[in-house]
Amino acid sequence: MTTLIYDSTFEGLMTAVFEVFEYKYDTVEIVAQQNYSQENFFAETHEVITDFTKSDRVLKKLEENLGKQGISQLMMVYLSERKDLERLILSVIRHSIKHPKQNILQDFGNEDILEISKICRSVSRERHRMLAFVRFELLQDEVYFAKIEPDFNVLPLIRKHFKERYADQKWMIFDLKRHYGIFYDLKEVHFFTTDSSQMQNFRNSEQFHHDEEKKYQKLWQRYFVKTGIPERKNMKLHIQWVPKRYWKYLTEKF
Amino acid sequence: MNLDRIKEKLEILADAAKYDVSCSSSGGNRKNKGGLGNSHTAGICHSFTEDGRCISLLKILLTNHCIYDCLYCVSRKSNDIKRAAFTVEEVVDLTMNFYRRNYIEGLFLSSGIFKNADFTMERLVRIAQKLREEHNFNGYIHLKTIPGASDELIREAGLYADRLSINLEIPTESGLKLLAPEKSHQDMIKPMGFIKNALTVYQEERKIFRKVPKFAPAGQSTQMIVGATNETDLKIIHVAKHFYQNYNMKRVYYSGYVPVLEDKNLPSIHAQVPMQRENRLYQADWLMRFYGFDANEILDKNHPFLDLEVDPKLAWALRNREKFPVNINTAPKEMLLRIPGVGVTSVNKILMARKFQKLNLEHLKKMGVAINRAKYFIEFESQNIFSRLIDEQNFRQIIVNGMKSKWQNPFSEQLSLF
Repeated sequence: MTTLIYDSTFEGLMTAVFEVFEYKYDTVEIVAQQNYSQENFFAETHEVITDFTKSDRVLKKLEENLGKQGISQLMMVYLSERKDLERLILSVIRHSIKHPKQNILQDFGNEDILEISKICRSVSRERHRMLAFVRFELLQDEVYFAKIEPDFNVLPLIRKHFKERYADQKWMIFDLKRHYGIFYDLKEVHFFTTDSSQMQNFRNSEQFHHDEEKKYQKLWQRYFVKTGIPERKNMKLHIQWVPKRYWKYLTEKF
Repeated sequence: MNLDRIKEKLEILADAAKYDVSCSSSGGNRKNKGGLGNSHTAGICHSFTEDGRCISLLKILLTNHCIYDCLYCVSRKSNDIKRAAFTVEEVVDLTMNFYRRNYIEGLFLSSGIFKNADFTMERLVRIAQKLREEHNFNGYIHLKTIPGASDELIREAGLYADRLSINLEIPTESGLKLLAPEKSHQDMIKPMGFIKNALTVYQEERKIFRKVPKFAPAGQSTQMIVGATNETDLKIIHVAKHFYQNYNMKRVYYSGYVPVLEDKNLPSIHAQVPMQRENRLYQADWLMRFYGFDANEILDKNHPFLDLEVDPKLAWALRNREKFPVNINTAPKEMLLRIPGVGVTSVNKILMARKFQKLNLEHLKKMGVAINRAKYFIEFESQNIFSRLIDEQNFRQIIVNGMKSKWQNPFSEQLSLF
């Protein structure tokens, strides 16, 4: 048994996969640095140094076998932050290398692949919810600001949507759980991280509201109430569509 | 802008628009070229009301003043309610500001009719024009076409809007005459026909000249109120089929009648909203649009109403038992689509997965098939003990007992003995 330790980036993971084949390891476990604890004294460890040439070669091969769609599925597994994401990704890649002619991601009779298709469904569902549930607040400096706390790490997956849609306004979306955000400056979208004092400001963004902000929030809240039909009220259905964990940042759920 | 006055108007005009069930923002594909907004084919629901309907668009009336007196409508002339009207600028401002905050996908604008059809329609068009041309807005716009408006205004509306719609209101002409004597289906069908032709003409021209503007790229839709008059479900789905086939409808919506007014020609004000019936009608509609069913297969003269206990696909299967069991590993797509409990997504998964290996019940279960219904109607290489039950006398009861309906009343007074 060999344990490969990588730096927890996607490229690092792809490098690790490359090295599994390079060194012809048979029974392996790939572990992210931050999750590694020296429990198994007898396991051999192998430290992976992220190498873009190696990771690109893996991705190129995968694109040949599984298409761009396939890569984005593996990316979603990575962003799901699941405990066994490395095992699942390695399992699929091995399967695909063995059957290069087939799109093995459609082999739903295989348990790992079915599991991956389920993960992708959950991650895409949350990605879609973030397109829907992000609520921007206009700040004094004319930036539209939003905070989110998704279960999965979906910021990289929603960047393009918001860039295309809100092309003529500056905006920022911050993930309070993972302590990083994306910022659009009317030209490009940048990733950024921040220190703890700035985090406090992000949490209490109301103090920086533009004068107009409260007005539109109130109007939206009234609209939300008035567009419901009390005779048909069905809270079970409502909560199914808008799970409570998202309520905290929804303007209409004041 | 006076916040209190705007708030009051918004309350009145959102409240009056809420009975229009359509709120979809799908079918659009407008790109953003440096301005604000775009629209996706799939559309995005940004929130959900407490009754569980999606909120995707800012759905409001321009005004609830109306010259008509339709019995089923809260905004009818003789109803003593607060009236209000937005200005063109106010609607534009609300749309832009809600959109910039990611509350909505766009605007759904309908209106009571003040003065006459053209006078009202012209204002709806002006709002859409202002959003598109002055504010560079590329989000979704759904305009309600006012029956009786001139062709020229409808054409203009189609050039700014993503979707146009005209409500059929009541499924039958006789029902409409009873509740809205001033209206007739002909008034509604004429502009639907105009829109259908314009859709075809513009599409043809765009094939030749790419510069030709898009006309209502998300198509047209309509809506019928269900349960205000006594039409059968058979009648309703045939009306829907007629409009899908002959008017190029993207969607037909069914709106279970919510009693709002007292009148001898209407169901009692205490009547229940027919939500379950509405749900079954949507299921039947789905069968026609995505599952290859014909209206005549879903219901016939001997069965003019949809079964409330089982969904229409299961009801069809129970009437056509000789067509089952279906072999999961060999059956063609059309037949897989007819298995109760197997949806379109599952069918596609089955078609892909069976290229790799023979599938069994366990595989289907893991793929998300509703096994409690499907298991009786399928077969595979190994024996399926459930499909033998299909010929039993009490088969219907067996299968119903195995399902848990969301419509079941948990506080039913009937206690089971064992």
